[in-house]
Amino acid sequence: MADSAVTSENGQDGEETRRDFLLISTVSVGAVGVALAAWPFIDLMNPSKDVLALASTELDLSGIEEGQAITAIWRGKPIFIRRRTANEVDAAKNVKLAELKDPQSDADRVQKPEWLVLIGICTHLGCIPVGNKSGQAKGEFGGWFCPCHGSHYDTSGRIRKGPAPRNFEIPPYKFLSDTTLFIG
Amino acid sequence: MATPTWNNPVIKWIDDRLPIFTFVQHSAVDYPTPKNLNYWWNFGSLAGVILVIMIATGIFLSFNYTAHVDMAFDSVERIMRDVNYGWMFRYIHMNGGSMFFLIIYIHIFRGMYYGSYKAPRELLWIIGVFIFLAMMATAFVGYVLPWGQMSFWGATVITNLFSVIPFVGNDIVTWLWGGFSVDNPTLNRFFSLHYLLPFIIFALVFLHLWALHTHKSNNPLGIEVKGDQDELPFHPYYTIKDLFGLGVFMIFFMGVVFFAPNLFGEPENYLPANPMVTPAAIVPEWYFLPYYAILRATPDNFVDAWGILPVIIDAKTSGVILMFASILLLCLLPWLDRSKVRSAKFRPIYKQLYWIFLADCLVLGWIGANPPEGMMLLIGRIATFWYFFHLLILVPFVPNWEKTKELPESISAAVTANGEGLKETSS
Repeated sequence: MADSAVTSENGQDGEETRRDFLLISTVSVGAVGVALAAWPFIDLMNPSKDVLALASTELDLSGIEEGQAITAIWRGKPIFIRRRTANEVDAAKNVKLAELKDPQSDADRVQKPEWLVLIGICTHLGCIPVGNKSGQAKGEFGGWFCPCHGSHYDTSGRIRKGPAPRNFEIPPYKFLSDTTLFIG
Repeated sequence: MATPTWNNPVIKWIDDRLPIFTFVQHSAVDYPTPKNLNYWWNFGSLAGVILVIMIATGIFLSFNYTAHVDMAFDSVERIMRDVNYGWMFRYIHMNGGSMFFLIIYIHIFRGMYYGSYKAPRELLWIIGVFIFLAMMATAFVGYVLPWGQMSFWGATVITNLFSVIPFVGNDIVTWLWGGFSVDNPTLNRFFSLHYLLPFIIFALVFLHLWALHTHKSNNPLGIEVKGDQDELPFHPYYTIKDLFGLGVFMIFFMGVVFFAPNLFGEPENYLPANPMVTPAAIVPEWYFLPYYAILRATPDNFVDAWGILPVIIDAKTSGVILMFASILLLCLLPWLDRSKVRSAKFRPIYKQLYWIFLADCLVLGWIGANPPEGMMLLIGRIATFWYFFHLLILVPFVPNWEKTKELPESISAAVTANGEGLKETSS
């Protein structure tokens, strides 16, 4: 005790004492420990392995006629797959990028011009737009329309009007054959 | 205040070791309370009662509820049809949420009218705002549990609000969901949180009361208590007043529960959740409508109409920021309001602004229930503007030129020819 009292007096001259060192190192180790212990709590809330395992979907596209669309489920989200007509492809290609809120050319959004594959979730607040079934309103640009807050998407799934900030997202996908689509 | 002496040997034995009886005597029986409190002061204790009702009915509902996407909806229907008195517990719990918010809104607006947030009660007020936030979180996760259409889509829309956080927004949303959409992991954790949060509210209420009992209640005149002649012991004077108010409130509450249990409800929520179909209109419960209106009021680029900022703030981001700001701003109210006079009774300008602000909040609620188009959008924007204009401009600057009325000498003096007479008889 007497020793430590002496060293702490020395410390008042601005010298770093053994006590300061012990205090700082203890607090540092404690802080690192708390951070390391916090991570499992945080990561436990992230998607689990079984959720991740269901993260890919394979689809047969052979039954889809030109102009038709289907809704598939991937990761619990609706995937819009539309076999576009030549007119729809032209309409998507002929838009000037300057007119777009989230500029992206149609070529950057499809692998095969005929097949448009989108995550069918409005980028505003996550509603599912209508327009994928025949007979539903397709919005002012012939694509999709979100009834929640009035966002209009075009035939490339790009936002054209309304509060949504971004275009429909494109899921990672590849064609395993001409008629088999692999999403994930 | 003298320390009570206990005659009962058992009570005395306990109180010597844990002075719980002394604590209750001091804080609920002898507790000195301004003698001029009106019925608007009932709503604090009413909120406490409804919190206990919510916890009690909630625990019993949880005995029969299954937090799984395939079973949640059916388990709630089973509670409604098969569980003894299940329908009653559910209707009490469901409408109790609405009642809780109704009471808290009156409680908040009472505080605003009588300046209860001003020094030295700033922290009391701020803890109150946190209780309100915790209530909103609890109500939100609770509404998801029946797993109806509005549960699912409300959860989707509100969790998506966090996607506006720069860079990590989408990761945070995935983290909140525990998956890539609102699904079973989301439902499970929401159930757990819905059970946890009320106890956090309970702890916050304890802090709220601790802060309250440090400087005691404000009163309709907003002036300091000058001595014993201005006060009454809490029991029996305010226990009986609170009980009477509770009786009136319970008549209203039970009237809703038994005669119009779905008055506040949304028919859409009696359809099981369908992740593939969004309802035509997503409408939150009535108590969230004003905030929903603020969320949807902003146009794209409204902060930066001249393109000065390096980033574009879209409608979604600015809406989310304004919505959270509208609540958090209340924490600053004790400092925004620079008038030394607490009660609006003596503030002729503020009094009128107060009623306009209250009307503005009601207008926001009405707008929130309607699609944001045409006139509705315009009115919503004006009302949103006024909300912030009131709190950020009018409240701080009106005291500069407002001529307040003369404050009474004391609480007693306000009701007697000269406050002295009462003082003499009481001493």
